[in-house]
Amino acid sequence: MQPAGVAGPLKVDITEKTFRSAEGVTIVALRGLSFEVRQGEFACLLGPSGCGKTTTLRILLGLDRQFSGSYQLPEGGSNRIAAVFQEPVLLPWRTVEQNVRLALSPHLRDKDLDWLFDILGLSAMRSLYPSELSLGLARRAALARAFATEPAILFLDEPFTSLDERTADRLRRLLMMVWAARPTTALMVTHNLREALLLADRIIVLSPRPAHVVGIFDVGLARHLRDTPALNNLVLEFHSRFPDAV
Amino acid sequence: MTAGLGSENGASASRRTRTVPRGIGTALPAATALASLLGLCLLWSLAAEIWPNRAFPPPLEVWRVLLKEAASGDLGYHLAMTLWRVAAAYVIAMVIGSVIGVLLGTHRAADSFFNPWLVLFLNLPALVVIVLAYIWFGLTEAAAIGAVAINKIPNVVVTMREGARALDPRFAEMATVYRLGRLDRIRHVLMPQLQPYFAAASRSGIALIWKIVLVVELLGRSSGVGFQIYLYFQIFDVAAILAYTLAFVAIMLLIELLLVQPLERHATRWRRRPA
Repeated sequence: MQPAGVAGPLKVDITEKTFRSAEGVTIVALRGLSFEVRQGEFACLLGPSGCGKTTTLRILLGLDRQFSGSYQLPEGGSNRIAAVFQEPVLLPWRTVEQNVRLALSPHLRDKDLDWLFDILGLSAMRSLYPSELSLGLARRAALARAFATEPAILFLDEPFTSLDERTADRLRRLLMMVWAARPTTALMVTHNLREALLLADRIIVLSPRPAHVVGIFDVGLARHLRDTPALNNLVLEFHSRFPDAV
Repeated sequence: MTAGLGSENGASASRRTRTVPRGIGTALPAATALASLLGLCLLWSLAAEIWPNRAFPPPLEVWRVLLKEAASGDLGYHLAMTLWRVAAAYVIAMVIGSVIGVLLGTHRAADSFFNPWLVLFLNLPALVVIVLAYIWFGLTEAAAIGAVAINKIPNVVVTMREGARALDPRFAEMATVYRLGRLDRIRHVLMPQLQPYFAAASRSGIALIWKIVLVVELLGRSSGVGFQIYLYFQIFDVAAILAYTLAFVAIMLLIELLLVQPLERHATRWRRRPA
């Protein structure tokens, strides 16, 4: 179990990130992007499609090292990072349970995960292979894998895309349930404003490419009060503060 | 919860319905294959009847020689020698070929440098490799097996390089993020992705290797099926030549049916069965 209050904030300060296209044209994806996610906070990176949100996440995950600037991941606790990708990325040749346990460090492979499978409604599917799951169930398995590691920080890259709205909504609620059971510093990338307003403590609003922070929107309302009318109000409030965003 | 249980039942039920036609489906081709082989035997004995010649014995004659050689113990000994050489050359070729293939498939610079070597070795005649191996290293067991392995390695490299090029980067990224150890990566991420390519290289490998092993035995060994065929070639005993050949083909068929196919089914158990 991760001792509370040990992990620090996530600090991001990316000066510039450029891509070279196939024709040799240089594209600036990020410029002067800096923000902070406080310890134990659920933050959303919200921006238009193609503004460089996924690029930012890939840098923070350590998958892309070609950039100038720096970032600091929360330290302490399990000292691990976890990610839920746009696609579930489960190993098709391993069962759901094996997929989840593989993400754990070897000496924790046998730990009790019943609570996690229970919350996510996966208890009956632990021995199934990913090809036997629907996309929604595969996404749940990807969430289970991320939370099982008890990470110091959790990154989510539009984890609810290409799902029908009902399934996506169910998954958002499930995500909130697991997250409430084990609050973790989390950064989610999305272009869906309502999704961000439903889930986040704070929304970091990004500009179109090259991405930088336009402003921060604090969702003051407690999560259990965010029903449809409350969300509608939040959307109006958001648009009055950021008329050009999303 | 109920929805979950329902869908699990659904999955196992549909799997069950899929296995029923599969049972009948495997029995029918087996019967067809048997009938086809019997037909070939019939045609053979008919032809031998029409054209009686010492160089073209009927199937029954071949069968008699086979039983005689088996009873004397010769058949078993020489089959075992050939089989051991096939196994040794196969293991060496698959291990070395896979390692080189994966390295070339994942390192572009190394690939472009070594590709001409690969083309050279691919086009080197088996006979040249065998003769050179015997000249350089003497008429030894190691030279024989090594020569066979060298003949097969380039094919394994090409297939496994293709497999390494087709590796899905998303799985590698997942493994990086979740800090999978080196062994876990190889066992759970790399090997399952390469498995179809490994199976393809294996299949074509065994067929190629045993044919080359026969040549190696003919040129420089005093045991094995190849040596026996050479012996009977000198006295023009076609029945014995066919007896040894068919016995070895039968063994390779058994290995395919009892070892290769069940292993492959186990390795691909996670795939959806074709409807």
